[in-house]
Amino acid sequence: MPTAMIDTSTVATHPLFGRLTLESFPYHEPIVVATFVAVVLGGIALVAALSYFRLWGYLWKEWFTTVDHKRIGIMYMVLGLIMLLRGFADAIMMRLQQAIAFGGSEGYLNAHHYDQIFTAHGVIMIFFVAMPFVTGLMNYVVPLQIGARDVSFPFLNNFSFWMTVGGAVLIMVSLFVGEFARTGWLAYPPLSNIAYSPETGVDYYIWALQIAGVGTTLSGINLICTIVKMRAPGMTMMKMPVFTWTSLCTNVLIVASFPILTATLVLLSLDRYVGTNFFTNDLGGSPMMYVNLIWIWGHPEVYILILPVFGIFSEVTSTFSGKKLFGYTSMVYATVVITILSYLVWLHHFFTMGSGASVNSFFGITTMIISIPTGAKIFNWLFTMYRGRIRYELPMMWTVAFMLTFVIGGMTGVLLAVPPADFVLHNSLFLIAHFHNVIIGGVLFGLFAGIYYWWPKAFGFRLEPFWGKVSFWCWVIGFYFAFMPLYVLGLMGVTRRLRVFEDPSLQIWFQIAAFGAVLIAAGIGAFLVQIAVSVWKRRELVDRTGDPWDGRTLEWATSSPPPDYNFAFTPMIHDNDAWWDMKKRGYKRPLGGFRAIHMPSNSGTGVILAGISVVLGFALVWYIWWLAAVSFVALLAAAIHHTFNYHRDFHIPADVVVRTENERTRLLSGQV
Amino acid sequence: MTPHAEHHGHDAHHGHADDGHAHGTLGSYMIGFVLSVILTVIPFWLVMDGTILDKNMTAIAIMALAAVQVVVHMIFFLHMNGRAEGGWTMLSLIFTIIVVVIMLAGSLWVMYHLNTNMMPMHDPSQLP
Repeated sequence: MPTAMIDTSTVATHPLFGRLTLESFPYHEPIVVATFVAVVLGGIALVAALSYFRLWGYLWKEWFTTVDHKRIGIMYMVLGLIMLLRGFADAIMMRLQQAIAFGGSEGYLNAHHYDQIFTAHGVIMIFFVAMPFVTGLMNYVVPLQIGARDVSFPFLNNFSFWMTVGGAVLIMVSLFVGEFARTGWLAYPPLSNIAYSPETGVDYYIWALQIAGVGTTLSGINLICTIVKMRAPGMTMMKMPVFTWTSLCTNVLIVASFPILTATLVLLSLDRYVGTNFFTNDLGGSPMMYVNLIWIWGHPEVYILILPVFGIFSEVTSTFSGKKLFGYTSMVYATVVITILSYLVWLHHFFTMGSGASVNSFFGITTMIISIPTGAKIFNWLFTMYRGRIRYELPMMWTVAFMLTFVIGGMTGVLLAVPPADFVLHNSLFLIAHFHNVIIGGVLFGLFAGIYYWWPKAFGFRLEPFWGKVSFWCWVIGFYFAFMPLYVLGLMGVTRRLRVFEDPSLQIWFQIAAFGAVLIAAGIGAFLVQIAVSVWKRRELVDRTGDPWDGRTLEWATSSPPPDYNFAFTPMIHDNDAWWDMKKRGYKRPLGGFRAIHMPSNSGTGVILAGISVVLGFALVWYIWWLAAVSFVALLAAAIHHTFNYHRDFHIPADVVVRTENERTRLLSGQV
Repeated sequence: MTPHAEHHGHDAHHGHADDGHAHGTLGSYMIGFVLSVILTVIPFWLVMDGTILDKNMTAIAIMALAAVQVVVHMIFFLHMNGRAEGGWTMLSLIFTIIVVVIMLAGSLWVMYHLNTNMMPMHDPSQLP
């Protein structure tokens, strides 16, 4: 039966404002209005403070326009942290709603709002929390680990960052202007098609991801090129640090899979904007093709998040056990095998869509196979710890918590990989518990380990451990309280994305989960307190050596924070653990013979291009065609204008290098 | 085109041919050009004549020739070989092919398998 065809031209569009009207602003939703007021007041306070302390020029010159991979890395981390607060606010709202919406109570969120919240939570946490955190750490650490002065394309790096910010901005705009998608985080058609979602939500979704996707893809290309081309002499592929290896594989995955996401979203936008039928039920279209395509991107995406984190755990385990990583070669091969296999499992996300036994068993078996290299990694970490001198500093605590938690998540994953079991558990809270178990217990724990591990490198002082431990225990215990009940509920058959419940016996489990979410909130709070306390006490926590953990890889050979040029002389590499090897052989820092260093210049074009892209995205969301045309032309013009910028590089004069290096010599000798 | 750029295209790089970048000669570009013209003309001729092969065979022939065309372009115009960029070009090509094959073959297999668990369809005209 043909479904109702909706002609997009029937949507009333004003020539000046498109479909943007006064009703588009959700002033009738008290929660949104209160948030809006808070954001505006906070924004005014921030702008006032920045103006009062005259920081705008500093921020623009030293940060926004920077092409230094270290500063861009830090900005990615800031973006991730800000978006974590937004994504977590969504999470705790859902937990509260589900804990109280029993026995005829509707809770406090209406369906329209609740559906936006769970969609925004998923989109933000994956694209604008996990991705920026992972990219930020790779950006910061990889060039240092391979002895390079920057990434291959420094300006592109800045542009990539701002495009990611652009996507995040568009999502934040959707909170106050119009609405966000109500479709779930992957926006499956037919629900996301114009017939069933005629409002702006899905359009915000599409354009936010497309803008951010440009940034992600380009930064993937940039980092691959950096790792392949810019390693210090002597660092063969099999002498690269494990984090660099996992970063390489991650970026290969990004470059090979993000174009699929882009193409799929283009097809969806064609369906929505010009009435094609790729993903409708008419004229030969098939919504199931969308599900198929989006997961060909979506499954590698999971490994894009987890692989770099495996690298972090490898570095942390080996450093804090005071041992060479056990099974370096097997670790590398496991990573490469996971990279390839991650393309062979996507159907396990839709076993129930109708495929027969042969297809389902093929993808079930590949899914189980992929747990083998992952398991091998776990054993490698355990054997690295075995008979090591383990120091339970914060990064190591996160690593052990990860190993315990991730194994549970991995096993429930293998359980879900069995197609008959999946037919029972598909779309249930068991699935939700599983992927939060691997994403929080894997990716997030790893990111915290990485943040604590590399913080002294980035800022020159350590993070204060007391509040870090408070945060750690709140997070870990909170995680178990929040998600173990969901396993139980899932096994009892409760499906995901429900807003109200009939069965009162379920309520206790949702209340336990809500309590877990509160604990996690305390964990996030303690993390922020920890940063504040550490900045306050930075003189006590200072790291003068540049090597606070007795590290093994090359980033610890530089000062904390490293100079703009990273290394005055490019180091020669003889061993996997390059810096450990240098220390053992009694490496002496060169104290003279410094020369001017050739460096890339800052550029504001990245900010400008991304800013115009946001305007373009906004115009397309609201059908403001004149603005879309103008901003598109402006985008091209700005990009072409940039090609005429001949001030691309400069030299750090030799005497500046001498001064910087002498300062480091003074700090090092003051330490003894 | 500036004189320098023109120069660059021809023989400027003979002195350091082992810099990892591959460059074509006039001869190799001509071979590539002629091959691609031939590979383009054949499908046109097959379709315009219309009698040489039946419809399905024509479609298959066009696909096959297109695949050969891709290879010709990669060898003669993109200078793909096992040595360029220390083997990285070839490695990335192989990886791309693996991913594309997995994607296409997998999608076709999956999409044509989706009605397996459907209830048997009854033809309404057969009902009493």
